[in-house]
Amino acid sequence: MSTDVRLRVDGVEVVVPAGCSVAAALRLAGHVSTRRALDGGGRGACCGMGVCFECRVRINGVERLGCLARVADGMEIVCDA
Amino acid sequence: MRELSTEILVVGAGPAGIAAAVSAERAGARALLVDMQAEPGGQIWRGQWNNATDRAARRWLTALRGSPVATRYGLRLVDFAAPGLAVFDGADGPLRVRCERLIVAAGARERLLPFPGWTLPGVFGAGGLQVLVKNGWPVAGQRIVVAGSGPLLLAAAATLRKAGAQVLCIAEQTGAADLARFAAGLAPHPGKWLQAAALRGRLAGVAYRCNAWVERAEGTERLESVRLRAGRSVERIACDALAVGFGLVPNTEIAQLLGCELRDGAVVVDVHQHSSVAGIYCAGEICGIGGVDQALAQGEVAGRAAAGSGERPRALRRDCARSARFAQTLRRHFALRDELRELATADTVLCRCENVRYADAAACRSQRDARLQTRLGMGHCQARICGAAGEFLFGWTAATPRPPLAPAPLTCFTEPTSDPEPPAQESA
Repeated sequence: MSTDVRLRVDGVEVVVPAGCSVAAALRLAGHVSTRRALDGGGRGACCGMGVCFECRVRINGVERLGCLARVADGMEIVCDA
Repeated sequence: MRELSTEILVVGAGPAGIAAAVSAERAGARALLVDMQAEPGGQIWRGQWNNATDRAARRWLTALRGSPVATRYGLRLVDFAAPGLAVFDGADGPLRVRCERLIVAAGARERLLPFPGWTLPGVFGAGGLQVLVKNGWPVAGQRIVVAGSGPLLLAAAATLRKAGAQVLCIAEQTGAADLARFAAGLAPHPGKWLQAAALRGRLAGVAYRCNAWVERAEGTERLESVRLRAGRSVERIACDALAVGFGLVPNTEIAQLLGCELRDGAVVVDVHQHSSVAGIYCAGEICGIGGVDQALAQGEVAGRAAAGSGERPRALRRDCARSARFAQTLRRHFALRDELRELATADTVLCRCENVRYADAAACRSQRDARLQTRLGMGHCQARICGAAGEFLFGWTAATPRPPLAPAPLTCFTEPTSDPEPPAQESA
Protein backbone atom coordinates (compact mmCIF):
# COMPACT_ATOMS: atom_id res chain seq x y z
CA MET A 1 0.00 0.00 0.00
CA SER A 2 2.95 2.31 0.55
CA THR A 3 4.16 2.29 -3.05
CA ASP A 4 3.29 5.06 -5.42
CA VAL A 5 1.38 4.96 -8.66
CA ARG A 6 2.15 7.08 -11.73
CA LEU A 7 -0.72 8.28 -13.86
CA ARG A 8 -1.49 11.14 -16.22
CA VAL A 9 -4.22 13.70 -15.59
CA ASP A 10 -5.06 15.84 -18.62
CA GLY A 11 -1.63 14.96 -20.00
CA VAL A 12 0.30 15.87 -16.85
CA GLU A 13 2.13 13.16 -14.92
CA VAL A 14 0.97 12.74 -11.33
CA VAL A 15 2.29 10.48 -8.57
CA VAL A 16 -0.23 9.30 -5.96
CA PRO A 17 -0.33 6.60 -3.26
CA ALA A 18 -1.37 3.15 -4.45
CA GLY A 19 -4.79 2.04 -3.31
CA CYS A 20 -6.50 5.41 -3.44
CA SER A 21 -9.50 6.19 -5.62
CA VAL A 22 -9.22 8.13 -8.85
CA ALA A 23 -11.35 10.86 -7.21
CA ALA A 24 -8.81 11.14 -4.38
CA ALA A 25 -5.94 11.13 -6.87
CA LEU A 26 -7.47 14.06 -8.74
CA ARG A 27 -7.91 16.01 -5.51
CA LEU A 28 -4.32 15.20 -4.48
CA ALA A 29 -3.22 16.51 -7.89
CA GLY A 30 -4.96 19.81 -7.14
CA HIS A 31 -8.17 19.38 -9.14
CA VAL A 32 -11.12 20.79 -7.18
CA SER A 33 -13.61 20.74 -10.01
CA THR A 34 -13.49 17.77 -12.39
CA ARG A 35 -16.36 18.50 -14.75
CA ARG A 36 -18.46 21.39 -16.02
CA ALA A 37 -22.22 21.32 -15.55
CA LEU A 38 -24.61 22.43 -18.29
CA ASP A 39 -24.53 25.99 -16.90
CA GLY A 40 -20.73 26.03 -16.91
CA GLY A 41 -20.42 25.69 -13.15
CA GLY A 42 -17.65 23.49 -11.76
CA ARG A 43 -18.56 20.19 -10.14
CA GLY A 44 -16.56 17.69 -8.15
CA ALA A 45 -16.99 14.49 -6.19
CA CYS A 46 -20.05 14.63 -3.92
CA CYS A 47 -21.74 11.37 -2.84
CA GLY A 48 -18.53 9.30 -2.70
CA MET A 49 -20.37 6.05 -3.41
CA GLY A 50 -21.21 5.85 -7.09
CA VAL A 51 -24.66 7.41 -6.87
CA CYS A 52 -24.52 11.07 -8.00
CA PHE A 53 -22.15 10.63 -10.98
CA GLU A 54 -20.62 14.09 -10.38
CA CYS A 55 -17.07 12.70 -10.30
CA ARG A 56 -17.24 11.10 -13.74
CA VAL A 57 -14.07 11.39 -15.80
CA ARG A 58 -12.59 9.52 -18.76
CA ILE A 59 -10.23 6.78 -17.65
CA ASN A 60 -8.25 5.24 -20.49
CA GLY A 61 -10.84 6.61 -22.88
CA VAL A 62 -13.91 5.26 -21.10
CA GLU A 63 -16.24 7.28 -18.87
CA ARG A 64 -15.98 6.01 -15.28
CA LEU A 65 -16.74 7.27 -11.79
CA GLY A 66 -13.67 8.55 -9.98
CA CYS A 67 -15.02 7.51 -6.59
CA LEU A 68 -15.41 3.83 -7.58
CA ALA A 69 -12.26 3.43 -9.68
CA ARG A 70 -8.91 2.59 -8.12
CA VAL A 71 -5.71 4.18 -9.44
CA ALA A 72 -3.38 2.01 -11.52
CA ASP A 73 0.01 2.60 -13.04
CA GLY A 74 -0.14 4.26 -16.43
CA MET A 75 -3.77 5.34 -16.13
CA GLU A 76 -4.74 8.14 -18.50
CA ILE A 77 -7.38 10.39 -16.92
CA VAL A 78 -9.16 13.23 -18.71
CA CYS A 79 -11.37 15.71 -16.85
CA ASP A 80 -14.04 17.87 -18.37
CA ALA A 81 -13.32 20.80 -16.08
CA MET B 1 -19.57 -11.14 -23.78
CA ARG B 2 -18.40 -13.00 -20.69
CA GLU B 3 -21.07 -15.06 -19.01
CA LEU B 4 -21.20 -16.88 -15.69
CA SER B 5 -23.85 -19.07 -14.18
CA THR B 6 -24.69 -19.62 -10.57
CA GLU B 7 -27.46 -20.93 -8.38
CA ILE B 8 -27.82 -17.77 -6.29
CA LEU B 9 -26.69 -14.35 -7.41
CA VAL B 10 -26.18 -11.84 -4.60
CA VAL B 11 -26.03 -8.21 -5.72
CA GLY B 12 -24.26 -5.97 -3.24
CA ALA B 13 -21.33 -6.96 -1.00
CA GLY B 14 -22.11 -4.92 2.07
CA PRO B 15 -22.97 -6.62 5.39
CA ALA B 16 -26.35 -7.93 4.11
CA GLY B 17 -24.92 -9.33 0.87
CA ILE B 18 -21.90 -10.90 2.55
CA ALA B 19 -24.08 -12.53 5.22
CA ALA B 20 -26.48 -13.73 2.53
CA ALA B 21 -23.81 -15.25 0.28
CA VAL B 22 -21.91 -16.92 3.11
CA SER B 23 -25.14 -18.27 4.69
CA ALA B 24 -26.38 -19.59 1.33
CA GLU B 25 -23.12 -21.49 0.83
CA ARG B 26 -23.27 -22.86 4.39
CA ALA B 27 -26.77 -24.11 3.63
CA GLY B 28 -25.45 -26.01 0.64
CA ALA B 29 -26.07 -23.67 -2.30
CA ARG B 30 -23.64 -22.10 -4.77
CA ALA B 31 -23.50 -18.32 -4.59
CA LEU B 32 -21.89 -15.56 -6.61
CA LEU B 33 -21.43 -12.19 -4.89
CA VAL B 34 -21.07 -9.08 -7.07
CA ASP B 35 -20.46 -5.46 -6.08
CA MET B 36 -19.71 -2.24 -7.93
CA GLN B 37 -16.94 -1.26 -5.54
CA ALA B 38 -13.39 -2.57 -5.85
CA GLU B 39 -13.66 -4.72 -2.72
CA PRO B 40 -16.32 -6.09 -0.37
CA GLY B 41 -17.62 -4.27 2.69
CA GLY B 42 -20.22 -1.87 1.32
CA GLN B 43 -20.20 1.66 2.64
CA ILE B 44 -20.12 0.86 6.35
CA TRP B 45 -17.20 -1.59 6.15
CA ARG B 46 -15.24 0.37 3.58
CA GLY B 47 -11.53 -0.17 4.07
CA GLN B 48 -12.12 -3.12 6.42
CA TRP B 49 -11.27 -5.79 3.81
CA ASN B 50 -7.53 -5.29 4.21
CA ASN B 51 -7.52 -4.03 7.76
CA ALA B 52 -10.56 -5.05 9.77
CA THR B 53 -10.83 -3.04 12.98
CA ASP B 54 -14.55 -3.62 13.51
CA ARG B 55 -15.45 -6.90 15.22
CA ALA B 56 -18.46 -7.80 13.09
CA ALA B 57 -16.58 -6.82 9.95
CA ARG B 58 -13.66 -9.04 10.88
CA ARG B 59 -15.97 -11.95 11.60
CA TRP B 60 -17.90 -11.74 8.34
CA LEU B 61 -15.04 -10.76 6.06
CA THR B 62 -13.02 -13.68 7.43
CA ALA B 63 -16.02 -15.94 6.83
CA LEU B 64 -16.24 -14.67 3.25
CA ARG B 65 -12.53 -15.28 2.65
CA GLY B 66 -12.83 -18.81 3.96
CA SER B 67 -16.02 -19.71 2.10
CA PRO B 68 -16.30 -21.04 -1.45
CA VAL B 69 -18.49 -18.06 -2.44
CA ALA B 70 -17.39 -16.77 -5.85
CA THR B 71 -16.90 -13.00 -5.98
CA ARG B 72 -16.65 -10.35 -8.68
CA TYR B 73 -16.02 -6.70 -7.86
CA GLY B 74 -16.06 -3.43 -9.83
CA LEU B 75 -19.26 -4.43 -11.65
CA ARG B 76 -22.48 -2.44 -11.66
CA LEU B 77 -25.80 -4.10 -12.46
CA VAL B 78 -27.37 -2.22 -15.37
CA ASP B 79 -30.16 -4.48 -16.63
CA PHE B 80 -31.78 -7.90 -16.79
CA ALA B 81 -31.66 -9.25 -20.34
CA ALA B 82 -34.27 -11.80 -19.25
CA PRO B 83 -35.57 -12.98 -15.88
CA GLY B 84 -32.60 -14.63 -14.22
CA LEU B 85 -30.06 -13.09 -16.60
CA ALA B 86 -28.34 -10.06 -15.07
CA VAL B 87 -26.17 -7.69 -17.11
CA PHE B 88 -23.27 -5.98 -15.35
CA ASP B 89 -20.90 -3.30 -16.62
CA GLY B 90 -17.32 -2.92 -15.43
CA ALA B 91 -13.91 -1.63 -16.42
CA ASP B 92 -13.16 -4.92 -18.22
CA GLY B 93 -16.38 -4.77 -20.22
CA PRO B 94 -19.80 -6.28 -19.64
CA LEU B 95 -20.59 -9.50 -17.81
CA ARG B 96 -23.76 -11.55 -17.87
CA VAL B 97 -24.77 -13.74 -14.97
CA ARG B 98 -27.36 -16.47 -15.25
CA CYS B 99 -28.96 -17.37 -11.91
CA GLU B 100 -31.77 -19.44 -10.50
CA ARG B 101 -32.48 -17.18 -7.56
CA LEU B 102 -31.51 -13.62 -6.74
CA ILE B 103 -30.74 -11.82 -3.49
CA VAL B 104 -30.71 -8.03 -3.79
CA ALA B 105 -28.69 -6.29 -1.08
CA ALA B 106 -28.13 -2.95 -2.78
CA GLY B 107 -27.92 -0.93 0.44
CA ALA B 108 -28.76 2.72 0.79
CA ARG B 109 -27.60 6.10 -0.38
CA GLU B 110 -27.66 9.45 1.38
CA ARG B 111 -30.55 11.83 1.05
CA LEU B 112 -29.11 15.09 -0.27
CA LEU B 113 -31.37 18.13 -0.23
CA PRO B 114 -30.98 21.26 -2.36
CA PHE B 115 -30.01 24.62 -0.88
CA PRO B 116 -28.26 27.55 -2.54
CA GLY B 117 -24.68 26.57 -3.30
CA TRP B 118 -25.09 22.81 -2.78
CA THR B 119 -23.53 22.05 -6.16
CA LEU B 120 -20.23 23.81 -5.36
CA PRO B 121 -17.13 21.63 -5.31
CA GLY B 122 -16.36 21.18 -1.62
CA VAL B 123 -19.94 20.29 -0.68
CA PHE B 124 -20.27 16.54 -0.11
CA GLY B 125 -22.64 14.07 1.41
CA ALA B 126 -21.73 13.45 5.06
CA GLY B 127 -21.22 9.73 4.59
CA GLY B 128 -19.99 10.73 1.15
CA LEU B 129 -16.97 12.62 2.40
CA GLN B 130 -16.39 9.90 4.97
CA VAL B 131 -16.07 7.19 2.32
CA LEU B 132 -14.01 9.44 0.03
CA VAL B 133 -11.56 9.93 2.91
CA LYS B 134 -11.41 6.17 3.51
CA ASN B 135 -10.27 5.87 -0.10
CA GLY B 136 -7.51 8.43 0.18
CA TRP B 137 -9.25 11.80 -0.24
CA PRO B 138 -7.06 14.34 1.61
CA VAL B 139 -8.66 16.40 4.41
CA ALA B 140 -5.71 16.96 6.77
CA GLY B 141 -5.72 20.51 8.07
CA GLN B 142 -9.03 21.35 6.40
CA ARG B 143 -11.83 23.18 8.20
CA ILE B 144 -15.00 21.11 7.83
CA VAL B 145 -18.62 21.66 8.83
CA VAL B 146 -20.66 18.46 9.27
CA ALA B 147 -24.41 18.94 8.97
CA GLY B 148 -27.74 17.29 8.25
CA SER B 149 -29.38 14.60 10.33
CA GLY B 150 -28.90 11.21 11.90
CA PRO B 151 -26.31 9.19 13.79
CA LEU B 152 -24.17 8.97 10.64
CA LEU B 153 -23.04 12.57 11.23
CA LEU B 154 -21.09 11.49 14.32
CA ALA B 155 -19.40 8.62 12.51
CA ALA B 156 -18.51 10.88 9.57
CA ALA B 157 -17.11 13.58 11.85
CA ALA B 158 -15.01 11.03 13.75
CA THR B 159 -13.50 9.70 10.50
CA LEU B 160 -12.73 13.22 9.28
CA ARG B 161 -11.09 14.16 12.54
CA LYS B 162 -8.99 11.01 12.57
CA ALA B 163 -7.80 11.90 9.07
CA GLY B 164 -6.52 15.22 10.39
CA ALA B 165 -9.41 17.54 9.58
CA GLN B 166 -10.55 20.30 11.88
CA VAL B 167 -14.26 19.62 12.40
CA LEU B 168 -15.71 23.05 13.16
CA CYS B 169 -19.11 21.83 14.28
CA ILE B 170 -21.76 19.17 13.81
CA ALA B 171 -25.13 20.71 12.99
CA GLU B 172 -28.03 18.31 13.59
CA GLN B 173 -31.43 19.53 12.36
CA THR B 174 -33.31 17.47 14.93
CA GLY B 175 -34.30 19.21 18.16
CA ALA B 176 -32.88 18.49 21.60
CA ALA B 177 -36.06 16.78 22.85
CA ASP B 178 -36.07 14.22 20.04
CA LEU B 179 -32.35 13.61 20.42
CA ALA B 180 -32.84 12.93 24.13
CA ARG B 181 -35.67 10.52 23.34
CA PHE B 182 -33.48 8.81 20.73
CA ALA B 183 -30.65 8.46 23.26
CA ALA B 184 -33.12 7.02 25.80
CA GLY B 185 -34.38 4.66 23.08
CA LEU B 186 -30.86 3.24 22.72
CA ALA B 187 -31.09 1.68 26.19
CA PRO B 188 -32.26 -1.72 24.89
CA HIS B 189 -29.41 -1.64 22.32
CA PRO B 190 -26.23 -1.58 24.43
CA GLY B 191 -24.04 -2.06 21.35
CA LYS B 192 -25.41 1.07 19.73
CA TRP B 193 -25.17 3.00 22.97
CA LEU B 194 -21.50 2.09 23.41
CA GLN B 195 -20.84 3.01 19.80
CA ALA B 196 -22.45 6.44 20.26
CA ALA B 197 -20.52 7.02 23.48
CA ALA B 198 -17.24 6.01 21.83
CA LEU B 199 -17.91 8.37 18.93
CA ARG B 200 -18.70 11.23 21.30
CA GLY B 201 -15.43 10.46 23.08
CA ARG B 202 -13.49 10.70 19.83
CA LEU B 203 -15.21 14.00 19.09
CA ALA B 204 -14.35 15.71 22.38
CA GLY B 205 -14.21 19.43 21.88
CA VAL B 206 -16.30 19.46 18.69
CA ALA B 207 -19.45 21.55 19.07
CA TYR B 208 -22.60 19.47 18.54
CA ARG B 209 -25.52 21.76 17.80
CA CYS B 210 -29.06 20.53 17.53
CA ASN B 211 -31.90 22.49 15.92
CA ALA B 212 -29.25 23.71 13.46
CA TRP B 213 -28.88 23.41 9.71
CA VAL B 214 -26.94 24.92 6.80
CA GLU B 215 -29.04 27.39 4.84
CA ARG B 216 -26.55 28.27 2.13
CA ALA B 217 -23.11 27.37 0.83
CA GLU B 218 -21.07 30.25 -0.54
CA GLY B 219 -18.08 30.50 -2.84
CA THR B 220 -17.26 31.18 -6.46
CA GLU B 221 -15.41 28.22 -7.94
CA ARG B 222 -15.39 26.23 -4.69
CA LEU B 223 -16.90 26.30 -1.22
CA GLU B 224 -15.60 29.14 0.94
CA SER B 225 -18.19 29.46 3.71
CA VAL B 226 -21.59 28.29 4.90
CA ARG B 227 -24.47 30.08 6.56
CA LEU B 228 -25.59 28.10 9.55
CA ARG B 229 -28.98 28.66 11.14
CA ALA B 230 -29.56 27.72 14.76
CA GLY B 231 -32.97 28.81 15.95
CA ARG B 232 -33.29 32.52 15.21
CA SER B 233 -29.60 33.20 14.80
CA VAL B 234 -27.61 32.86 11.59
CA GLU B 235 -23.87 32.60 11.54
CA ARG B 236 -21.39 32.59 8.66
CA ILE B 237 -18.64 30.00 9.06
CA ALA B 238 -15.58 30.03 6.78
CA CYS B 239 -14.68 26.45 5.80
CA ASP B 240 -13.00 24.26 3.20
CA ALA B 241 -15.61 21.53 3.06
CA LEU B 242 -19.20 20.87 4.04
CA ALA B 243 -20.29 17.29 4.68
CA VAL B 244 -24.07 17.30 4.68
CA GLY B 245 -26.56 14.43 4.55
CA PHE B 246 -30.17 14.04 5.65
CA GLY B 247 -30.41 10.38 6.49
CA LEU B 248 -30.42 7.39 4.18
CA VAL B 249 -32.63 6.26 1.31
CA PRO B 250 -32.97 2.59 0.26
CA ASN B 251 -31.48 1.79 -3.18
CA THR B 252 -34.61 0.15 -4.55
CA GLU B 253 -33.95 0.56 -8.30
CA ILE B 254 -33.03 -3.06 -8.98
CA ALA B 255 -35.96 -4.45 -7.01
CA GLN B 256 -38.32 -1.97 -8.69
CA LEU B 257 -37.05 -2.90 -12.13
CA LEU B 258 -37.90 -6.52 -11.32
CA GLY B 259 -41.40 -5.59 -10.19
CA CYS B 260 -40.98 -6.09 -6.45
CA GLU B 261 -43.62 -4.37 -4.35
CA LEU B 262 -42.52 -1.30 -2.37
CA ARG B 263 -44.02 0.37 0.68
CA ASP B 264 -42.83 3.71 2.07
CA GLY B 265 -39.84 3.63 -0.24
CA ALA B 266 -38.60 0.21 0.88
CA VAL B 267 -39.01 -3.30 -0.56
CA VAL B 268 -41.77 -5.37 1.02
CA VAL B 269 -40.54 -8.79 2.18
CA ASP B 270 -41.92 -11.70 4.22
CA VAL B 271 -40.21 -13.27 7.27
CA HIS B 272 -37.87 -15.15 4.90
CA GLN B 273 -36.84 -11.88 3.18
CA HIS B 274 -38.70 -13.05 0.08
CA SER B 275 -40.07 -10.17 -2.03
CA SER B 276 -43.40 -10.14 -3.85
CA VAL B 277 -41.68 -11.67 -6.93
CA ALA B 278 -40.94 -15.42 -6.97
CA GLY B 279 -37.26 -16.26 -6.50
CA ILE B 280 -36.22 -12.73 -5.52
CA TYR B 281 -35.07 -12.07 -1.96
CA CYS B 282 -34.07 -8.68 -0.57
CA ALA B 283 -32.01 -7.92 2.53
CA GLY B 284 -30.54 -4.99 4.40
CA GLU B 285 -31.18 -1.29 3.97
CA ILE B 286 -33.30 -1.73 0.82
CA CYS B 287 -35.97 -3.25 3.07
CA GLY B 288 -35.95 -0.15 5.30
CA ILE B 289 -33.10 1.72 6.99
CA GLY B 290 -32.04 -0.11 10.13
CA GLY B 291 -28.26 -0.29 10.28
CA VAL B 292 -25.65 -3.00 10.16
CA ASP B 293 -27.14 -5.40 12.74
CA GLN B 294 -30.41 -5.54 10.85
CA ALA B 295 -28.55 -5.99 7.55
CA LEU B 296 -26.56 -8.95 8.90
CA ALA B 297 -29.63 -10.66 10.41
CA GLN B 298 -31.70 -10.18 7.25
CA GLY B 299 -28.82 -11.26 5.02
CA GLU B 300 -28.46 -14.49 6.98
CA VAL B 301 -32.18 -15.17 6.74
CA ALA B 302 -32.24 -14.41 3.00
CA GLY B 303 -29.20 -16.59 2.27
CA ARG B 304 -30.59 -19.56 4.15
CA ALA B 305 -34.05 -19.18 2.63
CA ALA B 306 -32.72 -18.82 -0.93
CA ALA B 307 -30.70 -21.99 -0.36
CA GLY B 308 -33.88 -23.79 0.62
CA SER B 309 -33.28 -23.85 4.36
CA GLY B 310 -36.49 -22.22 5.45
CA GLU B 311 -36.39 -22.46 9.22
CA ARG B 312 -35.08 -19.46 11.14
CA PRO B 313 -33.14 -20.25 14.34
CA ARG B 314 -34.41 -18.53 17.45
CA ALA B 315 -31.30 -16.35 17.84
CA LEU B 316 -31.76 -15.05 14.31
CA ARG B 317 -35.44 -14.29 14.89
CA ARG B 318 -34.46 -12.39 18.04
CA ASP B 319 -31.79 -10.40 16.14
CA CYS B 320 -34.31 -9.49 13.44
CA ALA B 321 -36.90 -8.31 15.97
CA ARG B 322 -34.41 -6.29 18.01
CA SER B 323 -32.91 -4.57 14.97
CA ALA B 324 -36.39 -3.79 13.65
CA ARG B 325 -37.16 -1.96 16.91
CA PHE B 326 -33.96 0.05 16.53
CA ALA B 327 -34.97 0.95 12.96
CA GLN B 328 -38.27 2.28 14.30
CA THR B 329 -36.51 4.39 16.94
CA LEU B 330 -34.29 5.89 14.21
CA ARG B 331 -37.24 6.82 11.99
CA ARG B 332 -39.25 8.33 14.80
CA HIS B 333 -36.57 10.66 16.14
CA PHE B 334 -34.82 11.93 13.04
CA ALA B 335 -37.84 13.16 11.07
CA LEU B 336 -36.86 16.07 8.82
CA ARG B 337 -38.15 19.52 9.75
CA ASP B 338 -40.36 21.60 7.45
CA GLU B 339 -37.87 24.48 7.23
CA LEU B 340 -35.64 22.27 5.08
CA ARG B 341 -38.25 22.49 2.33
CA GLU B 342 -37.77 26.26 2.18
CA LEU B 343 -34.01 26.37 1.61
CA ALA B 344 -33.90 26.16 -2.20
CA THR B 345 -34.71 29.38 -4.04
CA ALA B 346 -36.33 29.53 -7.50
CA ASP B 347 -32.91 29.43 -9.18
CA THR B 348 -31.36 26.68 -7.06
CA VAL B 349 -30.52 23.65 -9.19
CA LEU B 350 -32.61 20.67 -8.08
CA CYS B 351 -31.60 18.08 -10.71
CA ARG B 352 -27.81 18.26 -10.70
CA CYS B 353 -27.36 16.26 -13.90
CA GLU B 354 -29.76 18.17 -16.13
CA ASN B 355 -29.53 21.49 -14.26
CA VAL B 356 -33.26 21.78 -13.67
CA ARG B 357 -34.12 24.76 -11.46
CA TYR B 358 -36.20 24.31 -8.32
CA ALA B 359 -38.96 26.63 -9.65
CA ASP B 360 -39.33 24.63 -12.88
CA ALA B 361 -39.58 21.37 -10.98
CA ALA B 362 -42.00 22.80 -8.42
CA ALA B 363 -44.39 23.72 -11.25
CA CYS B 364 -44.79 20.04 -12.18
CA ARG B 365 -47.38 17.64 -10.78
CA SER B 366 -45.20 14.57 -10.36
CA GLN B 367 -41.71 13.26 -10.96
CA ARG B 368 -42.90 11.78 -14.23
CA ASP B 369 -44.43 15.11 -15.26
CA ALA B 370 -41.16 16.84 -14.36
CA ARG B 371 -39.28 14.30 -16.48
CA LEU B 372 -41.45 15.04 -19.48
CA GLN B 373 -41.46 18.82 -19.03
CA THR B 374 -37.97 19.57 -17.76
CA ARG B 375 -35.74 16.45 -18.17
CA LEU B 376 -35.47 16.26 -14.36
CA GLY B 377 -34.02 12.91 -13.36
CA MET B 378 -33.06 11.94 -16.91
CA GLY B 379 -29.33 12.52 -16.66
CA HIS B 380 -26.47 10.36 -15.51
CA CYS B 381 -27.73 9.60 -11.99
CA GLN B 382 -31.25 8.71 -13.20
CA ALA B 383 -32.98 10.60 -10.37
CA ARG B 384 -31.03 8.87 -7.61
CA ILE B 385 -30.38 12.29 -6.03
CA CYS B 386 -33.23 14.58 -7.17
CA GLY B 387 -35.82 11.78 -6.85
CA ALA B 388 -35.29 11.44 -3.13
CA ALA B 389 -35.19 15.24 -2.79
CA GLY B 390 -38.44 15.60 -4.77
CA GLU B 391 -40.06 13.02 -2.53
CA PHE B 392 -39.30 15.16 0.52
CA LEU B 393 -39.89 18.56 -1.10
CA PHE B 394 -43.06 17.85 -3.09
CA GLY B 395 -44.33 14.49 -1.81
CA TRP B 396 -43.59 12.86 -5.20
CA THR B 397 -43.42 9.11 -5.38
CA ALA B 398 -40.38 7.81 -7.24
CA ALA B 399 -41.04 7.08 -10.91
CA THR B 400 -40.35 3.46 -11.89
CA PRO B 401 -36.80 3.16 -13.17
CA ARG B 402 -36.15 1.88 -16.67
CA PRO B 403 -33.17 0.01 -18.01
CA PRO B 404 -30.35 0.66 -18.21
CA LEU B 405 -30.18 1.53 -14.50
CA ALA B 406 -26.98 3.52 -15.13
CA PRO B 407 -25.14 4.83 -18.19
CA ALA B 408 -23.52 1.81 -19.84
CA PRO B 409 -21.72 1.17 -23.13
CA LEU B 410 -23.82 -0.31 -25.92
CA THR B 411 -21.70 -3.47 -25.83
CA CYS B 412 -23.66 -4.39 -22.68
CA PHE B 413 -26.69 -4.91 -24.87
CA THR B 414 -25.38 -5.81 -28.30
CA GLU B 415 -22.43 -8.11 -27.82
CA PRO B 416 -23.26 -11.77 -28.31
CA THR B 417 -22.56 -14.05 -25.39
CA SER B 418 -19.51 -16.23 -25.65
CA ASP B 419 -19.67 -19.82 -24.46
CA PRO B 420 -20.84 -19.65 -20.86
CA GLU B 421 -18.00 -20.23 -18.48
CA PRO B 422 -18.39 -23.09 -16.05
CA PRO B 423 -19.99 -22.10 -12.77
CA ALA B 424 -17.86 -19.53 -11.01
CA GLN B 425 -16.41 -21.11 -7.90
CA GLU B 426 -12.97 -19.70 -7.36
CA SER B 427 -12.58 -16.52 -5.38
CA ALA B 428 -11.37 -13.85 -7.80
